[in-house]
Amino acid sequence: MSDTFFTASPHWTWWIILYFFVGGIAGGAVMLATLLRLLGKPEDQPIARLGYYLGLGGAVLSGLLLTIDLGRPLRFWHMLLQSHTGLPMFKAWAPMSVGVWGLMLFGGFTLLAAAGAAAEEGWLPWPRLRVLGEGALGRGIDLLASLFGLFLAGYTGVLLAVSNRPIWADSNWLGILFLFSAASTAAAALLLLATRTGHGAAAGTAWLAQFDRGALVLELLALIAFVISLGQVARVLIGAWGALLLLGVVGLGILTPLVLPEPHGRAARLVLIGGFLLRAVVLLASAPIHTEGSGVTLQ
Amino acid sequence: MPEPMGFYTDTTVCIGCKACEVACKEWNQLPAANGGRRELSGDSYDNTRRLDGIHWRHVKFIEQFGEDRSGGRWLMMSDVCKHCVRAACLEVCPTGAIIRTEFDTVVIQADVCNGCRMCIAACPFGVIDINQASGTAQKCTLCYDRLQAGMVPACAQACPTQSIQFGPIRELKQRAQRRVKQLHVLGEPRARLYGADESMLGGLNSFYLIADEPEVYGLPRDPKLPTRNLFTSATLSTVGAALVALLGVVSFRKRRMDQRV
Repeated sequence: MSDTFFTASPHWTWWIILYFFVGGIAGGAVMLATLLRLLGKPEDQPIARLGYYLGLGGAVLSGLLLTIDLGRPLRFWHMLLQSHTGLPMFKAWAPMSVGVWGLMLFGGFTLLAAAGAAAEEGWLPWPRLRVLGEGALGRGIDLLASLFGLFLAGYTGVLLAVSNRPIWADSNWLGILFLFSAASTAAAALLLLATRTGHGAAAGTAWLAQFDRGALVLELLALIAFVISLGQVARVLIGAWGALLLLGVVGLGILTPLVLPEPHGRAARLVLIGGFLLRAVVLLASAPIHTEGSGVTLQ
Repeated sequence: MPEPMGFYTDTTVCIGCKACEVACKEWNQLPAANGGRRELSGDSYDNTRRLDGIHWRHVKFIEQFGEDRSGGRWLMMSDVCKHCVRAACLEVCPTGAIIRTEFDTVVIQADVCNGCRMCIAACPFGVIDINQASGTAQKCTLCYDRLQAGMVPACAQACPTQSIQFGPIRELKQRAQRRVKQLHVLGEPRARLYGADESMLGGLNSFYLIADEPEVYGLPRDPKLPTRNLFTSATLSTVGAALVALLGVVSFRKRRMDQRV
């Protein structure tokens, strides 16, 4: 029996599952937007701007989800400032501490990038904010936002690994798995958003679909590596959670979108469902495991 | 600075009276479970079942029986926070609520904790949980308030068999080693100490004398710090981030080639 089986569940359920999903999409969307800005064509730019809006919305929602999940939501700031001294609270070796700062900085740079994009579209009463999306300043903001976006997409898996819970701490592959899944779900979400709002120049959505297929392949490889790395612990997945992982995440969320023909909308929706199920399985499959020792044992 | 203080729990003399549980609840003003309604476990004489936010001491009853129930034995163990010298909960706490005291014990400051529950997932022993009354993570404080007043922790004072002993760690370890030798001579070769040496998380300042394998008592054989996974996990994720960026660049190339055809 793995030593992780003697630990207790932190009761991270739907708010956190939703956060892992939304945070991944937000981080991935900003990274995709920056790629479109730096390497794309002029007709890709509407999708790039959508990416920054999606990232900003996701960052705000992430903060809200994390706050309402706390036992004492009004003390959320204790993770940013030491409540006794008012000095910054930061632990480089504690993923949750780094994650809170990463999310804050991601939100900040994404706000600047989104403001630049909105000013470019003439939506804001301050046209001078256009500079936030232009030139070296704009590129710097975009790159920093994407860097923290990539961090946000992956640190959640690292946070789970830096614990002592079954499944989570029994593998080192959750971070990279969540990161690939964030890339695939972000491309899917951005593709859907672009199609729905009519911003999708065909070349841009085709690129997103192309990227998504690559991300899904990477995700599948990481998922296989993750299950193998669990070793004996993988046995706890035998049952409903394993079935959901195999049929829902792999079958519905990865393999089906890979073989579905155009248009990309249906595939994108399945990718989103698969990404959500992946996080649900990883969090909920671990939750009931707890070996207490107390009780009757027959020998 | 006072010297490191802690518990030595000799499970071989525990009689399962649960006086420690009651004393702990009384002193720390912890509420009853289920609003005071009696709820029986149904498969054990132990009805507490586990440590959590309102049970900081829990006397485990390990009821070992043969298939036909003709023979068997009871093991009893008053479980509590291990006050690890290298504490997983303290390591990962993002608010700084968890501190090491002048007595080398580990305490969660109730006015700082915001209930994120990272420590619950990190503790290798499953000791911590949320106290619904406060919304914060709670566990044994090793009666930090009593220690500051020069008193003995409530559980140790209430224990009628000296199964729970409180004192300077150095003295407790010597006493425990003598007791193991005595038990070996008396014909209990399975007697051993759990967490008394530094190889286990730097030493547990609440360590145990047990009479079977650790797993039998619901104790991990080799508890580890959560950060053991940090470097590999973070490195793999960084490689993943580079691959995702590379995938983006490659996808643009592919699009250019496709359009040229």
